Amino acid sequence: MTELLRKTAAELGELIAGREVSAAEVAQAHLDRIAEVEPKVNAFLHVNAETVLAQARAVDERIARGERLGPLAGVPVAHKDVFTTKDMPTTAGSKILEGWIPPYDATVTSRLREAGLVILGKTNLDEFAMGSSTENSAYGPTHNPWDLSRIPGGSSGGASAAVAAYEAPLSTGTDTGGSIRQPAAVTGIVGMKPTYGGSSRYGVIAFASSLDTPGPFARNVLDAALLHEAFSGHDVMDSTSIHAEVPAVVEAARQADIAGLRVGVVKEFGGEGYQPGVLARFREAVDLLESLGAKVVEVSCPSFAYALPAYYLIAPSECSSNLARFDAMRYGLRVGDDGTRSAEEVMALTRAAGFGPEVKRRIMLGTYALSSGYYDAYYGQAQKVRTLISRDFDAAFHQVDVLVSPTTPTTAFPIGERADDPMAMYLADLCTIPTNLAGNAAISVPCGLADEDGLPVGLQIMAPVLGDDRCYRVGAAVERALEDRWGGPLLAKAPAL
Amino acid sequence: MSAITRDEVAHLARLSRLALADEELDHFAAQLDQIVGAVARVAEVAADDIPPSSHALPLTNVFRPDEVRRSLTPEQALSGAPAVEDDRFRVPRILGEEA
Repeated sequence: MTELLRKTAAELGELIAGREVSAAEVAQAHLDRIAEVEPKVNAFLHVNAETVLAQARAVDERIARGERLGPLAGVPVAHKDVFTTKDMPTTAGSKILEGWIPPYDATVTSRLREAGLVILGKTNLDEFAMGSSTENSAYGPTHNPWDLSRIPGGSSGGASAAVAAYEAPLSTGTDTGGSIRQPAAVTGIVGMKPTYGGSSRYGVIAFASSLDTPGPFARNVLDAALLHEAFSGHDVMDSTSIHAEVPAVVEAARQADIAGLRVGVVKEFGGEGYQPGVLARFREAVDLLESLGAKVVEVSCPSFAYALPAYYLIAPSECSSNLARFDAMRYGLRVGDDGTRSAEEVMALTRAAGFGPEVKRRIMLGTYALSSGYYDAYYGQAQKVRTLISRDFDAAFHQVDVLVSPTTPTTAFPIGERADDPMAMYLADLCTIPTNLAGNAAISVPCGLADEDGLPVGLQIMAPVLGDDRCYRVGAAVERALEDRWGGPLLAKAPAL
Repeated sequence: MSAITRDEVAHLARLSRLALADEELDHFAAQLDQIVGAVARVAEVAADDIPPSSHALPLTNVFRPDEVRRSLTPEQALSGAPAVEDDRFRVPRILGEEA
């Protein structure tokens, strides 16, 4: 592997800006790596080398003309295939959108372009971002670079695997119930779910609109902060976008000082269903925070016990409504239109052929939860639980500055193990879901390898709404201390591909 | 007792515009029954006096100035259409023969 691939995004940005290396050379090194490892990893659904090199050369020309670009200009990024891109197909991992080229760019896409990032291609995901393993992709599973027989997490599993396999220094994801933090945790990298509304949903193919949040993946905390800053901020095209400054995430990642910080350990996370090796690394991370000068207390959030059932009513309800747009009329697949069938019959045949099992399950579950007679008991009650979860967070953040927990109850599980057991699969998001329901910020940073299987464990750091900078400050402090202990990044311990 | 029957799943599939095969109905009925049974736990929470949250943030309607701006051309808007006729989306018949 060339040394260029091992560089951080921040380093690459400086080298390119200083014209010590061209964006085109950096892009080519990553394209070569993709060609080498993709047969094993399958992180990408689409890569077009010509488009990549054309973007990189355009950045080199802008730099040569003396244009001042952002700190990530010329740095490659892998883009989750749920963001629309007008020069690349966008499938959301579904057969119903196979071959579709959107007529417009998502706001995140256009901001990546404006900042001079080079989009390497589109990454694999669970169909419509519904899943925790990337096995629900219609285009085959992605493999975890630590152990190719295991899942890379999901739904942004292509994004996590691409970064962990050194195919890209950065990638984008979306987090609806944990779809950035869980894949980051199980592949030993950093993944951040910003405050809801802090990053634009315009051009993100919708799953659950009140929860969907775009965010960054990187191999270190500072790089994640740089990408976060590059694509976040208010967007007039998204009516739920927050009208506020982007929190000072890059500054926080550079400071990494947590002396005097109050840290709460969520009492409700742990015990049955948690892998011992995960809990062991988590407890060590808490001790580490204390040794770095933080004040650690235990905090109780009793309603978190109901977050998972509430989420699996709210998210499917929103998805059943959002996915009604796939009606075979305006774009995407159309099946059975032989002149004899009505529009409604064609619609039902197309949706049956174009959606995979998990998407069908969730559409029907949502339709059920929203139907008259059940609405109050299911969707209505789940919305009340959502209020209680927000109140638990509010009360906790009166006592402490951040909350911590394991990101996931277990390390990466084997591909196929939970594929036909939806409830077992849903448990992967046990610790990440409360943050989506309350809309606050949370990050996952690597905190070691579990003793049982030698696979990565993630530490989740949760902060209040618009407290994104705290996630980066604490994450960077933990990273610095652990990398001193390990003698380098955790990812250096991953087997060669 | 089943939380959800096979007939109910068939009804949900119709409402959801999903033309499912018989085997799929059997498979989904068992799984949805298990899932509905699990998520029904939200009923255990005493929440009579709790207001529902449809959203994480207290946002109200957001308006922008009503300005004319450039949008997609008909060609762009139709670029992904399964069938096009005279600058329009061509769709299967919507009304019955006698209508």
